[in-house]
Amino acid sequence: MSDIADEPAPMREPVLSLRGISKHFGAVSALTDIDLDVHAGEVVALVGDNGAGKSTLVKILAGAHQPSSGTIAFQGRQVTLPDPSAALRLGIATVFQDLALCENLDVVANIFLGRELSPVRLDEVSMEIRAWTLLNELSARIPSVREPVASLSGGQRQTVAIARSLLLEPQVILLDEPTAALGVAQTAEVLNLIERVRDRGLGVVMISHNMEDVRAVADRIVVLRLGRNNGIFTPDASNQELVSAITGASDNSVSRRAGRRSAVAGRNPEAHP
Amino acid sequence: MTAGDKQAPLLDRRDERVKHESGIGGTIRAFFDRVRAGDLGSLPVVVGLAIIWTVFQTLNPIFLSPNNLVNLLFDCSTVGVIALGIVCILMVGEIDLSVGSVSGFASALVGVLWVNNGWPVVPAILAAIAVGGAIGFLYAVLFNRFGMPSFVSTLAGLLAVLGLQLYILGSTGSINLPYGSPVVNFGQMLVMPDFVSYGLAALAGIVTFAAGYRTARRREAAGLSSRSLGGLLFQAVVITAVLEAVVFYLNQDRGVPWMFGLFVGLVVAMNYALKRTKWGRSMTAVGGNREAARRAGINVRFIYTSAFMLCSMLAAAGGVLAAARLASASQQAGTGDVNLNAIAAAVIGGTSLFGGRGSAYSALLGIIVIQSIASGLTLLDLSSSLRYMITGGVLAIAVIVDSLARRSRVSHGRA
Repeated sequence: MSDIADEPAPMREPVLSLRGISKHFGAVSALTDIDLDVHAGEVVALVGDNGAGKSTLVKILAGAHQPSSGTIAFQGRQVTLPDPSAALRLGIATVFQDLALCENLDVVANIFLGRELSPVRLDEVSMEIRAWTLLNELSARIPSVREPVASLSGGQRQTVAIARSLLLEPQVILLDEPTAALGVAQTAEVLNLIERVRDRGLGVVMISHNMEDVRAVADRIVVLRLGRNNGIFTPDASNQELVSAITGASDNSVSRRAGRRSAVAGRNPEAHP
Repeated sequence: MTAGDKQAPLLDRRDERVKHESGIGGTIRAFFDRVRAGDLGSLPVVVGLAIIWTVFQTLNPIFLSPNNLVNLLFDCSTVGVIALGIVCILMVGEIDLSVGSVSGFASALVGVLWVNNGWPVVPAILAAIAVGGAIGFLYAVLFNRFGMPSFVSTLAGLLAVLGLQLYILGSTGSINLPYGSPVVNFGQMLVMPDFVSYGLAALAGIVTFAAGYRTARRREAAGLSSRSLGGLLFQAVVITAVLEAVVFYLNQDRGVPWMFGLFVGLVVAMNYALKRTKWGRSMTAVGGNREAARRAGINVRFIYTSAFMLCSMLAAAGGVLAAARLASASQQAGTGDVNLNAIAAAVIGGTSLFGGRGSAYSALLGIIVIQSIASGLTLLDLSSSLRYMITGGVLAIAVIVDSLARRSRVSHGRA
């Protein structure tokens, strides 16, 4: 793992690069001409309103959908992702929103599900060691890897799902709404986890609706609107800028409130909370 | 859990929030915690068995005599093998209601091929089991390709296969298997010599200890918590002592039937397959969360197919054993309560009807309960009407316990 954690040069080649990706479902254009770059050791947040095309884009990267046009380059090479296992083999792991864990199996069994060591005589000891190593590298707080997943909290389940996706040593990890439906403490736990995954040198693409969470961990914020790129922001962009990029409207309650605030605060344009 | 505690904490004991029980008192406390949370394991069946045996023994002192228990083991083996197939299909959360018919059809097929058509007996038995596999494959195709619920397809199969059984038996309706043939001897008389049964009982303890010791050493070497040598020895000694005592008691009469030995062998093999192989892990995963299993790259259709086929093949094998036990293949074989007894045995033994939770040993424990009730009621000279009602009541209680335990597991976060 240390070999991929080497500190990269600031301006380096992106590990994953999309150019002109479009996706049509019949007459509907879900994505039009999308460009996206993900560098190693970087968290890219993908934000946008419902129907902006975030999930479609993630499914294309996961190999679940095929783009209608456009190119995908992985580590500088042009690739196609005909199915999810092809994406996994390349090194693109996906954690979907519903996590897909088997609640009746324990943590070790879930992490190794479908990839068990020595199929006719399961090597439980090696699998448990590997599971603990992964979880410890993520500084994850899992009470016992031999308890069924049903006994874990939402944040711990997210941790298990992320640890499972790291098992194959991917270069890029896609997280679909990792903090949805989590409490305050659990959200913080997952955001810490995302930072540690980034520090391992992985490229992280994270879909979220929560601007606070996005700003907390993202290095870049990519806004999609109606299936098109609608701006790339840094985390210190104002809420107003982000919301107007997402909704496409400069006149909404967020901008009005920002306007009132700046009027009250004298001529201060920054609407930072 | 010994020297490692003081220096670096063991790999799996670093989270100081978690209470880890140690020692004998701790083990007992952990056990009660588990039971309270609804993780009952085989506790209900052991308690139930104790009650049933006490009641029948007080009503009729012959009940626990070695002779009756040996007969009980002969009877257990036939439906027990069918119940083992039910465990398989319940693991993936489906059901097979036609196991009784399939077992009856298999016994009829052996009778027709072997006695009427003069086939050698072994090919006849293999053909019957293969036909069972084909029936299971058909259910799997209906399930995988057409999305037909197993409840419906196997209910249809129950009737259709019963029709096949009546058809191939023809107008005579019953075929007697020759007395003195190896198959009938196996089903009615053959018991293990004393040294074999004592040896196998000892082997169980030795294998348990050896496997446990090997795992403990590997875990210790890897910095994981491991079981103490004393605990392992204690467990092995208890297992060996209990089994040797049972064998000693049975050897006062004829001894341990080979047919029961075959059944236990199948149970042990199935337990290994379910707990220690990738296939078994996949079965459990499919039963727990089908979509998660599919996304993990498990071939879900193959898993369903293997479960349906194994269930029907074991049902056919059980039917052949039943024919050997009765020395006949008749229109009545596999009808009546065979179906329900097999399903009841699996559920009473602790395999969940909801999928993803169970063990091969539940077939063994469950069938002993069911057969104890049947045998006890027969000894009391009660009619089959009462026997059906009581067995039905026991099944209902078992399912209620399963549902309550499941609810408790959900509320304790152990579902």
